[in-house]
Amino acid sequence: MTKVNFKSYLFNIVAILSVFVLIQILIANGTLSRYYVSILIFICINIILATSLNLATGFLGQLTLGHAGFMAVGAYGSALTAIYLRSNDILTGGIGLLLVSIIVGGLFAGIMGIVIGVPALRLRGDYLAIITLGFGEVIRVVINNLAFTGGAKGLTGIPRLVNISNAFWIMAFVVTVLYTLTNSRQGRAIISIREDEIAAEAVGIQTTRYKVMGFAIAAFFAGIGGGLYAHFIAFLDPNTFNFMRSVEILVIVVLGGMGSLTGSVMSAVVLTILPEALRDFAIYRLLIYSGLLVVMMIFRPQGIFGTTEFSLAGAIKKLRYNQIVSPRKKVKEDD
Amino acid sequence: MKRKSLLIMLIAILVLTSVLAGCNNATTGGDDTPDVIKLGVIGPLTGDYSMYGTSVEEGAKLAAEEINANGGINGTLIEIIAYDSKGDGTEAVNAYNRLRDQDGIVGLVGGTFSGETLAIKEIAIEDGMPILSPTATNLNVTLNAPNVFRACYIDPYQGASAAIFSVENLGAQTAAVLFNTEDPYSEGLAVAFRDKFSEKGTITNYEGYTRNDMDFRSVLTIIQAQNPDVLFIPDYTAKVGIILDQVKEMGIDVVCIGGDGWDGIELDYAEVAEGHFFVNHYAKTDPNPMVQNFIAAYEARWNKTPNALAALGYDATFIMVKAIEAAGSTDYAAVVEALAKTDTEAVTGHITFDENGDPQKSISVIQVVNGDHVLVDLVGGN
Repeated sequence: MTKVNFKSYLFNIVAILSVFVLIQILIANGTLSRYYVSILIFICINIILATSLNLATGFLGQLTLGHAGFMAVGAYGSALTAIYLRSNDILTGGIGLLLVSIIVGGLFAGIMGIVIGVPALRLRGDYLAIITLGFGEVIRVVINNLAFTGGAKGLTGIPRLVNISNAFWIMAFVVTVLYTLTNSRQGRAIISIREDEIAAEAVGIQTTRYKVMGFAIAAFFAGIGGGLYAHFIAFLDPNTFNFMRSVEILVIVVLGGMGSLTGSVMSAVVLTILPEALRDFAIYRLLIYSGLLVVMMIFRPQGIFGTTEFSLAGAIKKLRYNQIVSPRKKVKEDD
Repeated sequence: MKRKSLLIMLIAILVLTSVLAGCNNATTGGDDTPDVIKLGVIGPLTGDYSMYGTSVEEGAKLAAEEINANGGINGTLIEIIAYDSKGDGTEAVNAYNRLRDQDGIVGLVGGTFSGETLAIKEIAIEDGMPILSPTATNLNVTLNAPNVFRACYIDPYQGASAAIFSVENLGAQTAAVLFNTEDPYSEGLAVAFRDKFSEKGTITNYEGYTRNDMDFRSVLTIIQAQNPDVLFIPDYTAKVGIILDQVKEMGIDVVCIGGDGWDGIELDYAEVAEGHFFVNHYAKTDPNPMVQNFIAAYEARWNKTPNALAALGYDATFIMVKAIEAAGSTDYAAVVEALAKTDTEAVTGHITFDENGDPQKSISVIQVVNGDHVLVDLVGGN
């Protein structure tokens, strides 16, 4: 068992490293222009947002419609921290300033997650969806009316700190943490709440505690995603974080498969590239984009990956045996 | 079985994206001829605000067609490439990067909104790309950005001009202000008007309302009690129409003044707007042949009356082309330098740029008379 795990981790680390090296080589020889690199950075940001929402919606089973609200808290928190640190010469730039600010932004978002989660998660059903929807709108209106956030005019003067390398590694870190979390004791407790809340409570899982924990972690990482966004664009405007942004993130999660992190990663890549690839179709692109989503949901309502995770080690093993072994058959063989 | 359909789905998506990516490479490869100078336009071409982006695009395309009909820039034709931003910063950044890397534009006539222009600004400063936004009115757009210019005047300039006109031409001594607190445009104008007017006269009321307010009778009663000479209402036509309707209904004897948000008020609210004034980028009844030629050409090309945004998009394209001509090259730095020296007549007035890249130009004051615009005066905001 541990040998398999070790092998699997090794494969994944090699895969992540080779993707990173490949990107660096392609940038160095000029194949990837800055246009493509900026799309790659948006992909990293969307992966962080989608995988974190997947924790709340896919694994915990709570429909959240205000993820853009947490993203906004993280973005503004992180941007204001960076502006403050830089103007007081505490940290002037580089990776240190980026990490400190996005973590502060993430913590703000996480605290908001707890504040919203504690009352809301005691309820069952669609109440959380309504409350988070309200929260997302409230955050936007509050930011619109505060002086230190720049109000409706937007916040300028944010240091531009994000490049493809740090965005890639932060994304890889977030996905790894979420993956190990969902496979840990806490993660299994979270999944058991999704499967059957009453049964989970009956076996002694403190459902409210785990729900709030899962929700707060999701909010924290949404804040990290927002922070990266702030330090990449270097300008924030409250209308960026409207309800449609929450829906976009939710669409990524649903399309990838609720309860599959690899599915979220995959669909974040596809759905970030798609609107850009369709740019040549001008005004029809949103029509095509929406049409593709409808077709997808008709033929595969559970999303691309459903609740299964794509495993590199598993895929390699299958390739080696050159056949797909169904689990039942495998049990027989093992006997 | 399930796995099979999953595989098919995956392959279908991959094929689709690669095909799309492929055709996109093909088009850009074909366009890459050196005998066309490309200019980019970014604006919301779809969604709730599509009319703004489309107006700018149409104005810019009309300008490019006229320039090309006259032989382009020393024989080189101009091409306008317009990309949709949906009014969103992320989309605008992608569109800008694409214009720069895939299309190889020489200058950008955009973005249309302040928000998207600010999102592009930081990246554009690093590139040194010549940017001339036709319509971004936010003060920050051109600050600390030597390569960013705009063709429209900023909100404070407009509010101050309205105040100067009220005092000097209407002889007003007292004024009331009624504005939308949730809208940065409305608030910007209101603050500027208040500050400028109080130098010469008295502000009797400074009242705010919110986006969803529909009944202004109570606040108008308070204003009526003070009996001001003029009432400044800086908002868009939909809201201004309702307010003017109630002003008329209550029989308040006051002259109302507005900003460029009033553009087109005579279409739906001619009766209640009768006799009131507003400041605008240009007056469509201005006898200046440049203005009349533009309106005639625009109506012939697009079958509709141009609004102020179309005029600004048209002007911005002409100014950018003139700068490229003056620079004699398509080098970013040379074009930026030539842009800074702009001194030209345009549809929206005589334009020169100050050190920030904001235009110094006169503002048209328009009175609504018999349901039509009458150009009353041209004033400067300083």
